[in-house]
Amino acid sequence: MSTVTLRVFRGDSTSSEFRDYKVETAPGMVVLDAIHSIQKNQDPSLACRWNCKAAKCGSCSGEVNGKPKLLCKARIDELPQDQPIVVTPIKTFPVIKDLVTDVSWNYEVAKQIEPLRLADEGSTEPLRMQQIDVDRIQEFRKCIECFLCQDVCHVLRDGQRKDIFFGPRHMVRFASLEMHPLDTADRRPFLKEHAGIGTCNITKCCTEVCPEHIHITDNAIIPLKERVADLFFDPIAKLFRRR
Amino acid sequence: MSNYETFEYDVLVIGAGGAGLRAVIGAIEKGCKVGVVTKSLLGKAHTVMAEGGAAAALANYDTEDGWKVHFRDTMRGGKFLNNWRTVEIFAKEAPERILELERYGAVFDRTPEGLISQRAFGGHKYRRLAHVGDRTGLELIRTLQDKAVSLGFDCHMETTLTRLLTQGGRVVGAFGYRRVDGQLVVFKAKAIVLATGGFGRMYKFTSNSWESTGDGVVMAYDAGAELQDMEMVQFHPTGMIWPPGMRGILVTEGVRGDGGVLKNGKGERFMFNHVPEFFRAETADNPDEAARWVDDKRNNRRPPELLPRDVVARAIYKEVQEGRGSEHGGAYLDISHKGADYIRKKLPSMYDQFLHLGDVDITKEPMEVYPTIHYAMGGVAAEPDTCATSLPGLYAAGEVAAGLHGANRLGGNSLTDILVFGRRAGEAAGDYANANSHGSVVNEQIEEELDVLMRPLSGGDGVSPYEIQTELQETMQKCAMIARTEESLNEALQTVRELQSKLDDIRVPGDTRFNPGWNAARDARFMLTSSEVLIRSALERKESRGGHWRLDFPNEDPYWAKHNIIAKFENGSVKLEPRPVPTIPPELEEILKD
Ligand SMILES: Cc1cc2nc3c(=O)[nH]c(=O)nc-3n(C[C@H](O)[C@H](O)[C@H](O)COP(=O)(O)OP(=O)(O)OC[C@H]3O[C@@H](n4cnc5c(N)ncnc54)[C@H](O)[C@@H]3O)c2cc1C
Ligand code: SF4
Ligand code: SF4
Ligand code: FES
Repeated sequence: MSTVTLRVFRGDSTSSEFRDYKVETAPGMVVLDAIHSIQKNQDPSLACRWNCKAAKCGSCSGEVNGKPKLLCKARIDELPQDQPIVVTPIKTFPVIKDLVTDVSWNYEVAKQIEPLRLADEGSTEPLRMQQIDVDRIQEFRKCIECFLCQDVCHVLRDGQRKDIFFGPRHMVRFASLEMHPLDTADRRPFLKEHAGIGTCNITKCCTEVCPEHIHITDNAIIPLKERVADLFFDPIAKLFRRR
Repeated sequence: MSNYETFEYDVLVIGAGGAGLRAVIGAIEKGCKVGVVTKSLLGKAHTVMAEGGAAAALANYDTEDGWKVHFRDTMRGGKFLNNWRTVEIFAKEAPERILELERYGAVFDRTPEGLISQRAFGGHKYRRLAHVGDRTGLELIRTLQDKAVSLGFDCHMETTLTRLLTQGGRVVGAFGYRRVDGQLVVFKAKAIVLATGGFGRMYKFTSNSWESTGDGVVMAYDAGAELQDMEMVQFHPTGMIWPPGMRGILVTEGVRGDGGVLKNGKGERFMFNHVPEFFRAETADNPDEAARWVDDKRNNRRPPELLPRDVVARAIYKEVQEGRGSEHGGAYLDISHKGADYIRKKLPSMYDQFLHLGDVDITKEPMEVYPTIHYAMGGVAAEPDTCATSLPGLYAAGEVAAGLHGANRLGGNSLTDILVFGRRAGEAAGDYANANSHGSVVNEQIEEELDVLMRPLSGGDGVSPYEIQTELQETMQKCAMIARTEESLNEALQTVRELQSKLDDIRVPGDTRFNPGWNAARDARFMLTSSEVLIRSALERKESRGGHWRLDFPNEDPYWAKHNIIAKFENGSVKLEPRPVPTIPPELEEILKD
């Protein structure tokens, strides 16, 4: 049996340390399996979130050797084995304990986003939409709310400017609503004035880490920026383009 | 006196899966102040993992479909142990609920006419499952989450309730702890909706997450509510088998619905040899017809891979038992013949799952699968129209409730179940709350529960909760899985009793702040009680039916065909009672004859 060492962040925002654990490896093992093995055999108090173990729920976000990852998708055999595997919590949000962070800000932000508004509110008729018209919002709706994009976005991570920018996850949500073929609301003023879309300077770091391969910058943020620009700087174009 | 935070709601919903969230909407629409409790973050409940789709007779492709055919298929699939009235409501309301979801913002895959596309699934006569690729559950939970959030409710995330509080024969609240900081919490409520999902964690290999420890059924049972059909567990035929860490993780039935075939270790398409008489007329009897069906469903009969889940799971089990297993002791599931483009469009998350976690490119090679514990048909007995349980003020909806699926659930029926009955439970609880005032919480009940909760932290050496859980899981897997006998079930029961006697000796390090070990200690109690009731019910049902297969009673039995098994907590132990299945009115019985 071969073993691997995990160097895991233990503690909270006031006091913390790294602790090393030796874990027996198995074929196809992922970092989350190793964490579970530590909980079961060495320290049951090690805190970590998970649910699906199949990259579907977005619970197990963390950083492995400094890279934002879903722990259930991070294969041990794809990491260097001759040094400890360093597992830390995501950085943008305050640590609660060990690998668990306080992501509640995201849920508060979500409350402020205007929901879908259909023209015929109250009707029960089936909606008519062509596949080709929903393809692009289906991409956005793949989001599993892992918040890895929020973790790498420099506005939120290094700048800690949650007061001025909702972050890429919520831009994706805006895009899914704004580009819904039957939506009638206009979220552009809000996007500019409250959600802070102008703060994003298109570094594309968010796109790189998205486990759902959503083209966050190209397909969501840039088109939203264009729509906002239409409204605020080019009222003529706006009249023509948005009927 | 201990220190706990108290919250007060008209309606408390326990669980934020699809059933819980739809109940929230229903109760808000009744004008109630609603609070929700969930063990995970919002949007992470089991529902998020569902893949294949939600069944409703929208008849967007097959105009012959309608609620009557859906009714028939569900009753047949459930081997007639279902409550007919529950099924009737379900089949009639399913299309409304799906269309409503679309208006809430769900974006299903479309037909060429721009309507909701529907996928074929096992046991459903027509193409019936509204879906979004193979991530339908995500679409469903996110839509309900956004809708409920827009209406406004209090969400207590990462909070585990462990005890229902009762007074004067009705439910008045619930008690538990916040996982994050260990804070003890009391909820006072006029009515409670239980929507806690299933209990598959008692088995070793399961598609269920850590949440499915049976809390809901056991809280209801401890409080005096009746459970029903607890022996009926669904073994999904296709769980992953390799690598070891992925064992049990689901491979959606959509793979077979979209043309995937099963082969044994010898390369034989064995399902043709396992078609029961009951389904022979509607099943293809040769590979050519089965292959044609994928593109022309009107003029061909369906492949045997799409027989109800209990049939397919047993067939794989038998093939392996008789020495025709795959490399790691399962069967091969192959869809590579459909081509890479088709597979990546229709089954993107399966493609990803196998490529990254199983080192298998499913566009080129077969998957390896084996039955995995998947779904609880049994649970808290609930009235068809209101989801009322036998305990006044308590309503149950979704996987935690029993009655809809009988002895075997059809794929796709659960996602619709949680919509139809989530709504009904929420509304009925709202009505109850509007007609009743708050009861008063009895402190002794809280103190009693507090004692149970805190014991593992009282210091010194003791048993690890994981040790107990692991032994239970191994035993249930070995003795109460797909093939059962009186002997194996008795062995399981004995282990459960031994483990129960160790519960008070569990000790864990740390404190109450986000401490999985401490949480696991309380979970172990839920797992053991639900296992005990399951095993006792399985011993009682001396026949084979649906998910319950007794090697010592291999046939269906006319007496048990007409009886559900009701379990109740009485004088400190499980009391079982066979109860006649409600009689179907003649006009509905007519439908079943087709
Ligand atoms: C991998 C997979 C694929 C599936 N695919 C399909 C499919 O294609 N079609 C289909 O119809 N069905 C499918 N199912 C089944 C279906 O997803 C579930 O049956 C359904 O989602 C259950 O919903 P629910 O709302 O009843 O419970 P869940 O979604 O399980 O939610 C339970 C909630 O209760 C909470 N809870 C539990 N205990 C407590 C407690 N003690 N205190 C507080 N909160 C508690 C949990 O935190 C959670 O929020 C699938 C299941 C799995 C696992
Ligand atoms: S592209 Fe914009 S949202 Fe994405 S990481 Fe960069 S600044 Fe943040
Ligand atoms: S957009 Fe991608 S990275 Fe961001 S939360 Fe959603 S799934 Fe995660
Ligand atoms: S556990 Fe669900 S994404 Fe990792």
